[in-house]
Amino acid sequence: MTVDQYSLRLDPTAPIAAAIQQVLGCPLPAPCTETSSAAANVLWLGPDEFLVLTTSAVLPQQLRDAIGDEFASVIDVSAQRTTLLLDGPGTQVRDVLAQGCAIDLDPHVSPPGTCVQTLIAQAGVVLRVLGPTSISLLVRPSFAPYLADWLADACSEFHDVRIRSAS
Amino acid sequence: MTSASAPFRLPTGGRIDRDRALAFTFNGTEYTGHPGDTLASALLANGVHHVATSITYGRPRGIVTAGVEEPSALVQLEAPFPEPMLTATTIELYDGLVARGLRGQGRLASEPDPARYDSMHAHCDVLVVGGGPAGIAEARAASRDGARVILVDDQPQLAVDDLPGVRVLTSTTAFGCYDDNLVLALEGRQRVWRIRAKEIVLATGAYERPVVFADNDRPGIMLAGAARTYLQRYAVVPGRRVVVFTTNDSAYASVLELASAGVEIAAVLDSRDQVPEALVAQCRERGIDVLPGHLVTGTSGDTRITGVHVSSGTEIPCDTLLVSGGWNPVVHLFSQAGGKLRYDSRLGAFVPAAPLPTIRTAGAANGEIDHDPGQVLWRTSADTTGFVDLQRDATVADVLRATGAGLTSVEHVKRYTTIGTAHDQGKTSGVIASGIVAEALGVDIADLGTTTFRPPFTPVAFAALAGRNRGALFDPVRVTALHPWHVAHGALFENVGQWHRPWYYPQPGEDMETAVLRECRAARKSVALMDGSTLGKIDVRGPDAGVFLDRVYTNLISTLKVGSVRYGVMCGVDGMILDDGTVMRVAEHEYVLTTTTGNAAKILEWLEEWLQTEWPELRVHLTSVTEHWVTIPLVGPKSRDVLGIVAPDLDVSNDAFPFMTWREATVAGIPARVCRISFSGELAYEINVVGRHGLTVWEALIEAGAPHGITPYGTETMHVLRAEKGYPIIGQDTDGTVTPQDLGMSWVVSKKKPDFIGKRSFSRAENTRPDRKQLVGLLPVDEHVLLPEGAQLITTPRLPAPPVPMHGHVTSSYRSAALGRTFALALVRSGHSRHGETLYATLDDGTLTPVTVTESVLFDKEGARRDG
Repeated sequence: MTVDQYSLRLDPTAPIAAAIQQVLGCPLPAPCTETSSAAANVLWLGPDEFLVLTTSAVLPQQLRDAIGDEFASVIDVSAQRTTLLLDGPGTQVRDVLAQGCAIDLDPHVSPPGTCVQTLIAQAGVVLRVLGPTSISLLVRPSFAPYLADWLADACSEFHDVRIRSAS
Repeated sequence: MTSASAPFRLPTGGRIDRDRALAFTFNGTEYTGHPGDTLASALLANGVHHVATSITYGRPRGIVTAGVEEPSALVQLEAPFPEPMLTATTIELYDGLVARGLRGQGRLASEPDPARYDSMHAHCDVLVVGGGPAGIAEARAASRDGARVILVDDQPQLAVDDLPGVRVLTSTTAFGCYDDNLVLALEGRQRVWRIRAKEIVLATGAYERPVVFADNDRPGIMLAGAARTYLQRYAVVPGRRVVVFTTNDSAYASVLELASAGVEIAAVLDSRDQVPEALVAQCRERGIDVLPGHLVTGTSGDTRITGVHVSSGTEIPCDTLLVSGGWNPVVHLFSQAGGKLRYDSRLGAFVPAAPLPTIRTAGAANGEIDHDPGQVLWRTSADTTGFVDLQRDATVADVLRATGAGLTSVEHVKRYTTIGTAHDQGKTSGVIASGIVAEALGVDIADLGTTTFRPPFTPVAFAALAGRNRGALFDPVRVTALHPWHVAHGALFENVGQWHRPWYYPQPGEDMETAVLRECRAARKSVALMDGSTLGKIDVRGPDAGVFLDRVYTNLISTLKVGSVRYGVMCGVDGMILDDGTVMRVAEHEYVLTTTTGNAAKILEWLEEWLQTEWPELRVHLTSVTEHWVTIPLVGPKSRDVLGIVAPDLDVSNDAFPFMTWREATVAGIPARVCRISFSGELAYEINVVGRHGLTVWEALIEAGAPHGITPYGTETMHVLRAEKGYPIIGQDTDGTVTPQDLGMSWVVSKKKPDFIGKRSFSRAENTRPDRKQLVGLLPVDEHVLLPEGAQLITTPRLPAPPVPMHGHVTSSYRSAALGRTFALALVRSGHSRHGETLYATLDDGTLTPVTVTESVLFDKEGARRDG
């Protein structure tokens, strides 16, 4: 089952936002967080930019129908980013990332549901905190081999971290 | 080991592990020390004071301090790995260490460094810098409130065993304090910590200040507090017979503790006429003479001090002289953060004037000195031979020469004398230098101030700052979805920005020239394909997309019909070409534009900047879709046949699918956008499919094209094919000083549009000069000569006397299968009006070769090939 990705561009304070949220089944996320419904995960990427992750074949058209002639866009970017999943006991995942990531991943600061755009070493990523010991990184496919190499190297002190590709 | 082999080590005490011995070698002699020692403490335990040699005068130099402020004891580490210019006082001793004393510079390693360097990010509510009593108290208090607390300290262990709730980083020196409370710290020599703190407490203590007198640099002359540190931390005494010279109370603790440890204190010289009676009494109990109102005026000795010259005229024999001139709060990080300092005349030092909103100092760093600071004394006599900065061999005379030359700022004096510019950055010499300048100029030191405190506080190896960004991880290597196929089929790769792109695909026995000629022939005579996925692609969407694109391209875009494609050029506000590419109109309010591979990110940022800062009223969304699409140019007279096979439902006839249009189609079963555009002049298509389907489509094209000998080609062939047609590559044939008109592309600059970026610059006199460099073709008279790219062009067959008038330079140069000869593109002064003229190009061996200037289009000038 493929998870497709759509860039959703709109002003979340515009009147159209209500209809969009109706279709998504969840509110648009606040800055640096994500929201989810049965239909989709909605990631905040910027003040007027969201990334919709969905397995639904009909959701994109439903969104476009809801938008109608209003100023908002739904753009297929499914192949623009690939996903790496990191799992590991205790603080190991956070410790691995701390070697190249300036975001404070302490659970009190970045609880599950946190979603930020940042750098891991020299690769731009969307970082999602999935759970206390689980983080996913959305990265451009062209940077994925570099990022995987960097993560493997960063795990040299943290042997229990598992890195998986999941697109 | 016992103290027998280390005669200045006490039998008990210290924070060293006496059960283990560490063998080390210094200046060729073998010694032993213990875990917990520094190189300096281990040398002192063995009675070694003469460690280094001064850079200018070659004078013997010793160990002055017990920490990072050390101005003198510079050593070269030779083993286990060579490192230059480290202070003996900061090198943790380990078994097998080999070091030698330096005279100034050391040597860098010539072999690769096997150590692993890295960095760590950390975050906290309160960062405490310094693990002395004040720092520990601050950390305890902060953690009691449940805050996240980090404490960093440069020593290997704290004086307390446990700090609950505090993350303690030992052997870690904070070396920089940057905006928004970012502190950089170096753990050991290999890990850089980047700590972001809500609040910072600097409990960095104070450094003892020397006093300047003649011959104040001999080995065996040490700061009094340092001697106490060696005694307490390492159970090491500095000598057998010690003279102490002080201006304040603090040195008496050293006096009493050393005396208790069995060291003979020959005399205490106190600059003050009145010494607190309690201190005098404590000394008297131990039989120590305190001489009030006495100064050191000079010393005797060679590689070790042998005597102290006293202002009373006598000389006191000794093997060690301890000096205390007061204490300077360590305000470096506070000052780096923008904190203001004020002069404290009681301390004779600069202290924080007021805390910053989230950064404050505590303890001695805040000027809280818990003893009588006594007398402020920079130097003991009118003698000017004493050293102010030991490492720079700079004396009082040097300071006076600077002020005598008219310099009135400490910053200028610093640059004139080099005081404070060595590895220690004047930690012990800076305030004295200010004091002596103030005296010489007759001004108040409070008005004179200090030189600027800049990071790093202590030297940091570049290797540590580079961290793991080295070797394979130095710079990301980006690859496309088709990369595995290229590797499997023997491609050689070229770096284009961070991308690894196929350069050419040599077959067995082929060199580059043969392979490229073969690939070019395939594209011109049959069919060839390449991986164009690295082209930048930006989705431009919204009701005002057409208006926006009309403003950023030089030509008109909004008139483009849905289903069509147009070539476009973007210029900077200076009218110089920034980038070029195609624009595809997908729908009424939807376009996709392409950028050159290396400019993808830059152009998106450029467009966003205009959209967000200049034209926020335009309803346009920009989205990078570069990696969403795999892009495959399919090129050559047989490309239509091949496309027809893999896209049976697509009418590929020239009438149904003409040049500069695009169609939705199913290619090899995959939904695709197929453009009819050409960067070679040949009949060509560009097939775009969603990334994960790229390989399927590529392999289907290879299979369908097999009967025609379909040939994969790389960037080199692409360059040749486009150059034969005179198509410039932005960044190769242009360099930021080239206008569309210079390239002979006036047609791409709209005369109708009211405005666009760069428009006004085209009417500048400079941009309309007839002698601007313009793009031309060059045909070497000898059709086998390949001109070097970058070659200069002149008008004479022999090199005239300088200055040689330069008429232009070669920007691209290739061998052409289609032309059967070499050719080049060049930027030549007034080039468009010089077709037919002979110029001379410089070759790599310095000789000149004649070339004929031609128009830039050299192949298929009538454009007969693009429709197949």
